[in-house]
Amino acid sequence: MKILVCISKTPDTTAKIAFTGNNTKFDTAGVQWIINPYDEWYALVRAIELKEADPSTIIHLITVGAADADPIIRKALALGGDEAIRVNADSHDSFYIASQIAEVAKQGGYDLVFTGKETIDYNGSSVGGMVAELLDRPYVSLASKFELSGNKATITREIEGGEEICEVELPVVVSCQKGMAEQRIPNMKGIMGARTKPLKAAEPVAVDALTTVAGFELPPAKAGVKLVSPDNVEELVRLLHEEAKAI
Amino acid sequence: MSVLIFIDTTEGHVKKASLEALTYGATVAEQLGTSAEGVVLGAANDLASLGKYGVKKIHHVSAGSLNHLDAQVYANVIGQVAIASGAKVIIFSNNVDGKAIAPRLSARLKAGLVSGAVALPDTANGFTVKKNVFSGKAFANITVNTDIKIIALNPNAYKVIAGEGTAEVVAFNATVDAPKVKVTNVTKASGQVPLTEAEVVVSAGRGMKGPENWAIVEDLARVLHAATACSRPVADAHWRPHNEHVGQTGFAIAPNLYIAIGISGAIQHLAGVNRSKVIVVINKDPEAPFFKAADYGIVGDAFEVVPKFTEAIKKLKGVA
Ligand SMILES: Cc1cc2nc3c(=O)[nH]c(=O)nc-3n(C[C@H](O)[C@H](O)[C@H](O)COP(=O)(O)OP(=O)(O)OC[C@H]3O[C@@H](n4cnc5c(N)ncnc54)[C@H](O)[C@@H]3O)c2cc1C
Ligand SMILES: Nc1ncnc2c1ncn2[C@@H]1O[C@H](COP(=O)(O)O)[C@@H](O)[C@H]1O
Repeated sequence: MKILVCISKTPDTTAKIAFTGNNTKFDTAGVQWIINPYDEWYALVRAIELKEADPSTIIHLITVGAADADPIIRKALALGGDEAIRVNADSHDSFYIASQIAEVAKQGGYDLVFTGKETIDYNGSSVGGMVAELLDRPYVSLASKFELSGNKATITREIEGGEEICEVELPVVVSCQKGMAEQRIPNMKGIMGARTKPLKAAEPVAVDALTTVAGFELPPAKAGVKLVSPDNVEELVRLLHEEAKAI
Repeated sequence: MSVLIFIDTTEGHVKKASLEALTYGATVAEQLGTSAEGVVLGAANDLASLGKYGVKKIHHVSAGSLNHLDAQVYANVIGQVAIASGAKVIIFSNNVDGKAIAPRLSARLKAGLVSGAVALPDTANGFTVKKNVFSGKAFANITVNTDIKIIALNPNAYKVIAGEGTAEVVAFNATVDAPKVKVTNVTKASGQVPLTEAEVVVSAGRGMKGPENWAIVEDLARVLHAATACSRPVADAHWRPHNEHVGQTGFAIAPNLYIAIGISGAIQHLAGVNRSKVIVVINKDPEAPFFKAADYGIVGDAFEVVPKFTEAIKKLKGVA
C-alpha cells in the first residue's frame, strides 16, 4: 500500500500575529515554523502506525512550498515516512496547492491520501476536498478514527453534535483530526535517519490561482475586562443582560 | 444569474447554520440585484416556509441515497443545480458538511472559494470577502478571481433574520451517482445543544479539580440553555468527553456568550474561543491570562461564585 501525507508549514501556535507592507504580508520576523499540528499529530502519525502494522506500506510526504519548507519536511521525515517531495511553489491559494498535490498523487498511484483537518494559519479546511475532486476519489473529512482491513477503510468522522462511522473502499482522501493518533516525539534514530532519506524537489504544474489575498486586518482591541466583585454576582448578571445583551 | 444557497439538513430539519447561510445569501443577492435560490438534498420537511429567510425558489433533489453525506455525490449534484440555475455565487455554511462539499465543488467548477467568511462580500471593486485566519487572531480579505464564486460562511458569524414569504419548491431532476461512502452508524448526543451551534457555551478547566465537581457547571449551562465545553487537559484526563474539547486542537466555536470557569486562558485554548462575542471569565487567580481576552470577569473561587451566578440568572429569568 502507498500513502501520501500532505504536510504544511505553519507558524508556531504561540507566534505573534502581525503584518507588514501596508497589511499585505504576514510578518515572519522572529516566527518559529512548525509542521501544521493536524498534519503531524494525526495524519502523519496514523500513516506511520499503518506502516508499523504492515511494513510493506510505503509513505511519501508532500509539501508545496519554497526551499524554506525543507527543514519542516525533514522534521516530518524524522518522525517517519520513506521519502518526501517538495513542489517548489509559494502560494496561499488552496486550489493551486491542491492541483500540485493532485498531480503528484496521480503520478505516484497512492491508495490513500491523508491531509490535516486544516492549516492553523489560513484555516481553509479545503485542500483535501479539492485534491479528492481533482482525483475523482471519495473524500472523508474530519476523521477521528481510521481502520483498514484489506481494501476497506472504516472511518469515524465528525457530524454536528456527534460522530458517524462510515465505510469506503480505497483509494480515498481523508482529512485527519484529533482522535486519529497520539502525538509522537521524534527520537535520535529518526532524526539521524531523516538526513539520508530522499527529499525530491519538483517543479509545479501551471495552474491559475482562483483567489488572491488582498490584505489582512487585526481584530479591534478588546476594551478591557470589567471586573465584578465575587460578592455581587447579581451585578454581572445585570451587565450581561442590560449592557452586553448576551442573556 | 442567481445566488444559490446550499441548505443543510439533519433528519429532515434545516440546521441553524443554514438559516444563517440563507439570510446571508439573500442579502448577497440583494446586493447584486438578483434573486436567492436554495438547494436541498435528501429528505426534508416544510421547505416552502424557508421563504421567510429571503429565498425565492428551492431546488429539491430528494433521492433517498442523499440522506447521508458523500461529498463526491453531493458536489456533483449541487454542481448540476448551480449550472442549471445560472448561479454566480454559491453559499455554504462552513460547518462539517460545508467543509466536505464546498472545496470539491470549487475544484469541480473552477470557482474560487472563501471558507470561513465572516462578512458580506465587498463588490464595489471586484469581489472580496473577509475571512478568519490565524485561528481567529486576524482576518484576511480574499479576492475571488473567477466568474463563479463560492463562500463558506462561518457558523454564528451572521445573524438569522426571519421575515415573511414562502419559497417555490421545485423537484430538480439530477443525475445522482451511487455513494461510495457508506454510513453504518450514527451517534449523536440527543437533547443537547450541539457545541458548534450553541449561542451560549459554559466551559470549565482544570480549576474544577475533578469530574465529580461538574454539577455546578451543568446547572449553569441548563439555566442558560447552553452547551458545555472544556479545556484540553480536562478531556485528556477523561473528566469530560472529547467532543467538549475546545481550542487549537479541539473545536473552534463562536458563540454569543462564552463563560470560562477555572481555565487559565492559554493561547491554544483562546485560539478556539476568541471569536466569541462576549467572554466571561471566572478564575481565582487575578493574573490568569484569560482576563486579558475577557469582557467581564470575576476573580473568585468557582465553587462559591458559580452556584450564586446560576441562582442570580434563575432570578432574572423568573424560574424557581
Ligand atoms: C500545540 C498545543 C495545542 C494545544 N491545544 C489546546 C486546545 O485545543 N485546548 C486547550 O484548552 N488547551 C490546549 N493546549 C493546552 C494549553 O496550553 C493549556 O495547557 C490548557 O489550556 C490549560 O488548561 P486549563 O486552563 O484547564 O488548566 P490550567 O492551566 O491548569 O489552569 C487552571 C486554572 O484554573 C484556575 N483555578 C484553580 N482553582 C480554581 C478555583 N477553585 N476557582 C476558580 N479558578 C480556579 C487557576 O487559577 C488556573 O488559571 C495545547 C497545548 C499545545 C502545546
Ligand atoms: N502547502 C501545502 N503543502 C502540502 N499540504 C498542504 C499545504 N497546504 C495545505 N496542505 C494540506 O491540506 C490540509 C488542509 O489545509 P487548508 O485547506 O489550507 O486548511 C493541511 O492540513 C495539509 O495537510
